[in-house]
Amino acid sequence: MPSRYLARVYVSLKSGYSDPEGETTARALRGLGYGVEEVRVSKVYEVVFEAEDRREAGELVEEMCRRLLTNPTKDDYAYELREME
Amino acid sequence: MRRREIRVLILRAPGTNCDGETVRAFRDLGVGVDVLHTQRVFKERNLEEYDILVFPGGFSYGDYVRSGAIWAKECEYHIGRDLEHFIDQGKAVLGICNGFQLLVEAGFLPGFEGKARYPQVALANNTTGGYQCRWVHLRHVNRGGCLLTSSLPRDALLRIPVAHGEGRFLLPREVEREYLRRLYENDQLVLRYTKPDGSYAEGEYPHNPNGAYHDIAGICNPEGNVLGLMPHPERAYFGWQLPDWTRCEEPPRYGDGRLILESIVKYVERRF
Repeated sequence: MPSRYLARVYVSLKSGYSDPEGETTARALRGLGYGVEEVRVSKVYEVVFEAEDRREAGELVEEMCRRLLTNPTKDDYAYELREME
Repeated sequence: MRRREIRVLILRAPGTNCDGETVRAFRDLGVGVDVLHTQRVFKERNLEEYDILVFPGGFSYGDYVRSGAIWAKECEYHIGRDLEHFIDQGKAVLGICNGFQLLVEAGFLPGFEGKARYPQVALANNTTGGYQCRWVHLRHVNRGGCLLTSSLPRDALLRIPVAHGEGRFLLPREVEREYLRRLYENDQLVLRYTKPDGSYAEGEYPHNPNGAYHDIAGICNPEGNVLGLMPHPERAYFGWQLPDWTRCEEPPRYGDGRLILESIVKYVERRF
């Protein structure tokens, strides 16, 4: 019986590449008086899907990340996985 | 092959918006042009009927995830084999702006060892404050390896507009020098951004409008029959599309974009 899983996938620009959205936001926060050193912007996808077990769920998320959610040239990813009630 | 026998397929998808200009430009060159919705081509699998395939500019699927990514994976899933076969036959594939992003995301460009499973380079968001829509200067740097631009003289300077938010050409940091060397060795560099005097932009805004590595604006595959470029040749095709044509004593009949599109047609005329 397959279970439902929720994966929260974080996709961020690899370090070393300039992140114009983060830099602009950091400047804006400094302008508001905060001592902000750096801002890096990430994207979060919440993916709900079915899998036979936790191992298969992990494999599926990895595959989704590699095939569509990231471009390995510039993106890093991390995810949290939990079985839903 | 005679020019009037050449058939061009311009694919459109939800969010593409440059198909109209691209059709008009190719029709002016005297070739047959069809515009088909990508879903129809997925169903009919009829790429074989065509000699030139164009992925036009726009914002396919709202540029969600990354520009061109969703359309790329969809094409890969439905007609990936057909596309590879089309390319293997030496037929011409052109990706303009969003079309270039698609060819990168689908692994056709740079395609060092044929189609890659995952993208080998990236077109990341501009470092220059969001969306850029402006006329830029370009140098045709290819030495003849790009079959699609082989009618253009080496070092030809072109003036063509860009319009994109994600056009910063990037190589993976860990192999940056090696990939650049391979692009040179395989003669895959096609267009680089320059200043109006023809010297390279060296990353300087607005000449390099997006922060692209090495001022790269367009590349081809090692075989030279797949070309992707961020600038829009279809928006610089007719003389009346140029920003200063009303101030010219004699308005030019055509713009520089025509040189690129006509060169593609000439390649097909010669080859087939």
